[in-house]
Parts: sequence; C-alpha cells; structure tokens
Amino acid sequence: MSDASYTTQVESPEASFGDYFALLKPRVMSLVVFTAMVGVLVAPTALHPFESFAAVLFIAVGAGASGALNMWYDADIDRVMKRTAKRPVPAGKVTAREALAIGLFLSVLSVVMLGLTANWLAAGLLAFTIFFYAVVYTMWLKRSTPQNIVIGGAAGAFPPMIGWVVATGSISIEAALMFGLIFMWTPPHFWALALFMKSDYHQAKVPMLTVTHGRKETRRHIWWYTVALAPVAIWTALSSVGGPMTLVVFTVLNVIFLKGAWDIWRRDEATSEADEYAVEKKVFKFSILYLFANFGVLLAEAALKLVGLGGW
Amino acid sequence: MAFHKDHELHERRSGRNFGLLAVLIGLVGIVFGLTVVKVTNGEFAEAFDHVSRPAITMEDTQ
Repeated sequence: MSDASYTTQVESPEASFGDYFALLKPRVMSLVVFTAMVGVLVAPTALHPFESFAAVLFIAVGAGASGALNMWYDADIDRVMKRTAKRPVPAGKVTAREALAIGLFLSVLSVVMLGLTANWLAAGLLAFTIFFYAVVYTMWLKRSTPQNIVIGGAAGAFPPMIGWVVATGSISIEAALMFGLIFMWTPPHFWALALFMKSDYHQAKVPMLTVTHGRKETRRHIWWYTVALAPVAIWTALSSVGGPMTLVVFTVLNVIFLKGAWDIWRRDEATSEADEYAVEKKVFKFSILYLFANFGVLLAEAALKLVGLGGW
Repeated sequence: MAFHKDHELHERRSGRNFGLLAVLIGLVGIVFGLTVVKVTNGEFAEAFDHVSRPAITMEDTQ
C-alpha cells in the first residue's frame, strides 16, 4: 500500500503527540510524581539523585499507562460525560486499540524499568497498582458499586508507598500512613466533584453515590470520611516522617477540610443550586490544595532534618 | 540528483515523529545514566561469561 492510498483512508483529524500524551492523564500524573517523590525523599535511606529521578519517572509512566488503559476501556462512558468527552479516544483523535496498545506497552516498560532501577518489591507494587486501577477499578468496581471511589482510591494511594519502597526496599508504617492519607482523602474529594457534576454520572449510568444513594447521603458520607481522614493525618504527623511543623500544618489543614465538609453536609440542594454549588466547588478545590500541602510539608520537614532541625 | 519534496503524510506527522524521537533519546539517556550510576556505586554484578574466574566460582567463595 502506497502512502498516497493510505492518506485517502484518513478521515479523522491526525492525532498529535499531545493527544497521545493526554492518554496518560498528565494532571493525575503530576500528583503521582509529587507524592512518589515525597515518598522517596522522606525515607531514611538516601538514594542517588539520578536513581530517584528515574524511579519517580517510571512510577509516573506506570500511572500514565493505567490512565491509557482506563481511557481504552471507558471510552463509551467518557463520550457521554461532559467532563471527559474531549479525551483523545471519545474525541476520535486516537483509536481505542491504540490506547490499549500504548497502555500495555508502557505498563510492561515501567514495571521492568522500575525493577532494574530500584528493586523488585517496588516494581511489584507498581504492577499491582496498574492492575488495581485498570482491572479492579475501571473494569469492575466503577460500573458496579457506589463504593467504586472508596476502593478504587487505593490505586492513587500507592505512589508514595512505592516511592518509600524504592528508597528503603521494604514497606513500613510510614509508607502505610502515606497510603492511608490519600486513600481516606479520595472519597470526599471525588464526592464533592460528583455533587456539582451531577448530570454527568447520571447520564453515563456510573453508580456514583449521588446516583445510587442520593445527594443527601453523599453529603453525609463526605463529612464522615473527612472525619476519618483527620486521625490518619495526625498519626502521619506523629510518625517518624512528621515533626512539630507537620503536626501544626496538618492540624490546620484538617480543621479547614472538616469545616468545609460540615458546610457541605448542612446544606440542602435548594441552597446549593441557588449559588451554583459554590461551597462544594470551594471544598473540591481546597481538597486538591490539602493533599499537595500535606505532602509538601512532609518534604519540608525532611529538608529541615537535613540541617538538624525538624522531626521528633 | 534533485531532492524530492517530503510526502504530505510525513509533514503532517512530523510533530509526533519528532516527539517520539525525543522520548526515545530520553529513554536512552536514562538507561545510560542509570548504568553509569550503578557501575560507579559498585552495584555492578559479575556473571558467568564463559571464562573461568575464581572470584565467582562456588568452591573459592565458600
């Protein structure tokens, strides 16, 4: 087949490099890069900076691979939801088969390279994370249970734990606490989003808590999960990766988050619709800041330890 | 010999081809960098390479 005959078959606009990159969910990757990097840097054993850089990069590539697999499988519901309709597959820029091929290739590449760069426990955890996000969450839980976000949140919680294992070669209580921090944070974060993106999940028939149990129940769940998040955060601040500064900042952040969750719980739909979900949107935005600030403080605490300050 | 004009397909795809080139060069750079770091740190593992070396034979290490 000549080039000329090939071009006549191209109907959709040509996918750019950026479209393929978008398959990897760059915004999710930025969170993965940051939390994995913190996991590496707060660990008690120092790794060569280049090995740390490469390890975090391969963790991010693994996360991107699971994003591509998610876009391959979820193209049908992404097409329906306003928030996701412009993703490369539903927009028709990249075919689902390409997304699958890229996802599988990058999954294998990232796991093997992380194993060679760091250790095979870290690589195994990365492989499990990809499996958990692509198979357990995307293929199974997302379409079958309102607890999809709760259990699926584990996939997003693994990066700092993998980062810690990259540096130390083993799982410890600190790694589990950093995992717990993201795991407990995910439900209130996503449910706040679901409250103001209400028609999306309904149309796509995704059994979000708002769809299956109603919006009042979702508000109650946001409050109780935020309550459960607080002790995990405080325990993390009291562990060996924390210190006085971490404890103060974590306490302030959790008080603000709890206040926001309380405000969401006490509101009814009429009030929310009147101000176009101002509080829900504010809490959702704050929840992103909350996570970046939490891990940023852990990093700052580790930096202070280097100069003889910080830590317990 | 006259230079021929690039086919339209190559022009259209030049962006993603150069993007892929950059990714591959980056990967090679990372593998090379990791090799240098691991060898420098003494993490290089000796293995059997068809030459008798007392350093890696069982009876000599026990």
